Amino acid sequence: MPRRSWLASLLLLAAFVAVWHLLTSSGSGAPSAIDPEYARLAGQSAGAGPTAAIPSPGAVAQRAYELLANAFDRSNPNNLGIAWHLMYSMGRVLLGYVLAVIVAVPMGFALGLVPPLYQILNPFIQVLRPISPLAWMPLALYTFRDSSVSTIFIIFICALWPMLISTAAGAGSVRHEWLNVSRVFGLGTFEHVTRIVLPASVPMIMTGMRVSIGIAWFVIVAAEMVGAQSGIGYFIWNEWNNLQIASMIVAIVLIGLVGLGLDIGLSWIGQRLSFRE
Amino acid sequence: MTRMGFLSVRGVSMAFPIKGGGSFLAIEDISFDVERNEFVCLIGHSGCGKSTLLNLIAGLMLPTSGDIECQAARIRGPGPDRAMVFQSHALLPWMTCFENVHLGVKQVFGRKLTRAELHDKTKQALQLVHLGHALHHYPCEISGGMKQRVGIARAFATEPRVLLLDEPFGALDALTRAALQDELVRIVDTIRSTVVMVTHDIDEAILLSDRILMMTNGPKARIGEVVQIALPRPRDRIELAENPEYAVYRKRLLEFLYRKQRIEQP
Repeated sequence: MPRRSWLASLLLLAAFVAVWHLLTSSGSGAPSAIDPEYARLAGQSAGAGPTAAIPSPGAVAQRAYELLANAFDRSNPNNLGIAWHLMYSMGRVLLGYVLAVIVAVPMGFALGLVPPLYQILNPFIQVLRPISPLAWMPLALYTFRDSSVSTIFIIFICALWPMLISTAAGAGSVRHEWLNVSRVFGLGTFEHVTRIVLPASVPMIMTGMRVSIGIAWFVIVAAEMVGAQSGIGYFIWNEWNNLQIASMIVAIVLIGLVGLGLDIGLSWIGQRLSFRE
Repeated sequence: MTRMGFLSVRGVSMAFPIKGGGSFLAIEDISFDVERNEFVCLIGHSGCGKSTLLNLIAGLMLPTSGDIECQAARIRGPGPDRAMVFQSHALLPWMTCFENVHLGVKQVFGRKLTRAELHDKTKQALQLVHLGHALHHYPCEISGGMKQRVGIARAFATEPRVLLLDEPFGALDALTRAALQDELVRIVDTIRSTVVMVTHDIDEAILLSDRILMMTNGPKARIGEVVQIALPRPRDRIELAENPEYAVYRKRLLEFLYRKQRIEQP
């Protein structure tokens, strides 16, 4: 059955590409739909006709090939290879994310183990949590005066809450029978925390970490569009300014693939670290 | 004051607060003694408070009134001298069978014994329940009956003064349950332990106990009747099936549970 579902997925992809091809190839000869005024403003590429419309799958594949062939090119600092942009983005995500893990996991643990602490901090968490990470951007730029530090801060602040909340939930909801085991056999606080509560909350911590990495990867694109000179978000925005629609589509697909890779990686780590029943 | 037993329960009541005020009196004014090396069963319908009583002896809860003493020392909290076998086996799934047993052993003997001795003690406990071959298996890799054996090994490996069993075979199928009951009889004979066990299985109670305390239905559950089981040991379940005395005990328990303490069907 899994093999058949794969086959069906591939067929669906093929059908999608076929429809895409039909829709775009018929329009290839049509005059540009771009407002000439805008085309003048956006630069010469916008007025070039067919390139301004949604490109055909073939054109996107062609562009993907060009981009990937030069992915690691750094000869021209104004035109970095796409792999470098992805790495800049991942580097920022990783830094912000690791900082968030360092803060969220021990803090969530403390909140889960000491319910009164949770009750005291909960109003703040509830107010801070729904704030769009981008709302922090101007304040971050003003405070740090550095776009890279600001993006890392944005990643930190958006990755923090899911991990904090689910770690607290995990540490606070250890199964009653396991707590009883700990009490009956008289485990000390240190043993209780390290041998019972921590392993019991690993699945919840890992769930929080997976949610967080997804959000972080979401947010990095937007954050780089606003305030960065590198990274995949900057790349998309830059290509948009050059009206390189095909490049944008390639980048969008790459963002999806990297996001998927991050999720699979964390889910794999989560399975390795979590207990099985 | 009456003569003190090895484990002594004196006028114990337990009330639980109810949401929205008031309280639920689960058990009321229960007193009994358990002698050293005695095997006592608490039997009753589900919800009669027998597990509550066992948790009180374990020290997982403290009674609202009355008190419980073990070797003349008042019970103020849980401790490995009253090790418990839980109904749901309660093994820690992130530890191997060995580590699960070792956790308790290290806690109790960690100061007195060397690492190698702790290791041996753990291994011996698992060998006694015939799990010497599964030391490094995780709980998810073994059957329900084997898990409960690990639970039993973990409890007696700490050499408790009282072994508490909370419906330990309740979640097992009939054949596995019979095998484990026989094993428990053998272990208890080997280590000469004092045991308090909660069950709702009449045959299990007669097969294992020296004395059966029958509890009335809650709320305000009390001990309704006490039966001394004078059947000779070792007991064999097949021979018991034809034993006339066994039939008398069985009838008495049935009468108590299904006539005197009948649960009204809605």
